[in-house]
Amino acid sequence: MDEQQAKTEDIIKKENLVFDKTKLLTDKAFHYCPGCGHGVVHRLLMEVIEELDIQEKTIGIAPVGCSVLAYHYMDIDMQEAAHGRAPALATGIKRTLPEKYVFTYQGDGDLAAIGTAETIHSCNRGENITIIFINNGIYGMTGGQMAPTTLENMKSSTTPYGRNVKQMGNPLKITELVAQLPGTCFVTRQAVHKPAYVRKTKKAIKKAFKYQKQEMGLSFIEIVSNCNSGWKMTPNDANKWLENNMLPFYPLGDLKTPEKK
Amino acid sequence: MAKVTGRIVVDTEQCKGCGVCIPVCPFDVIELAKEFNSKGFHYAYMKNPEACTGCMNCALVCPDAVIKVYRKKVRV
Repeated sequence: MDEQQAKTEDIIKKENLVFDKTKLLTDKAFHYCPGCGHGVVHRLLMEVIEELDIQEKTIGIAPVGCSVLAYHYMDIDMQEAAHGRAPALATGIKRTLPEKYVFTYQGDGDLAAIGTAETIHSCNRGENITIIFINNGIYGMTGGQMAPTTLENMKSSTTPYGRNVKQMGNPLKITELVAQLPGTCFVTRQAVHKPAYVRKTKKAIKKAFKYQKQEMGLSFIEIVSNCNSGWKMTPNDANKWLENNMLPFYPLGDLKTPEKK
Repeated sequence: MAKVTGRIVVDTEQCKGCGVCIPVCPFDVIELAKEFNSKGFHYAYMKNPEACTGCMNCALVCPDAVIKVYRKKVRV
């Protein structure tokens, strides 16, 4: 046991450190439920901003939803928007301060329900901003009600027998919708429940900020995430459910890149 | 032959015991502890530290960024 202890102490040294929490995340503990994908996306965003060294030049827009308190965790300039209005606010900030990097961080209820008009029109105008869209198919913060992105036959607190398409309409693939608009330059769908997907998502976020610097138009990143509290599952079961049910309907990959339109 | 070995350090007070790190570990190193932290969560710990290669899979998926990863090359 002593030998093992000595070996462990030999490995745990500053020069061997390969992964640590980025300094751009504050020390405050996330208020998110255990296993929630929000934390990973927060971390990836801050890692990208740290790597591009644009902490002083970035302005984030926090939405209404679970991530309403995102400005407590991200050590950058942030502004809170009214429900769904983050792209409108980002438009104003980017037009008055064009040298800043502006991103919005929105959930599916915020972006695809109450904020549909703002989303569609900012994408159509081709505002030079980045939209990070977290899709978990449910209104997580208010108690797991049906969202526009809720899958067919998926149970939520307002659809206890599953979403009936005849009565409640079809799930909305807003990412496919905005990919058709001429103002968007980069539209992609990623996930964060497995290490490989996390790496890809980070690359996508980095690309989006680079395109913003080159003033190429709006970049839209959808991240399919889980809501284990809303789905009434354990975190690992929720991730499995996501893989088996969400991903076939919301396939991952780039929908539009500046190279291939 | 050189071999890599790793260790993780979990911030036990901040860990929420979601267990997302457990299935992504290729060497089955992590387990939730029987003990719990001041918030009542069973935190993650290394049950089998010798098998760790410091691949960072657990740290990449950790939603609360509580895992630090150390990696070192050792001669066998």
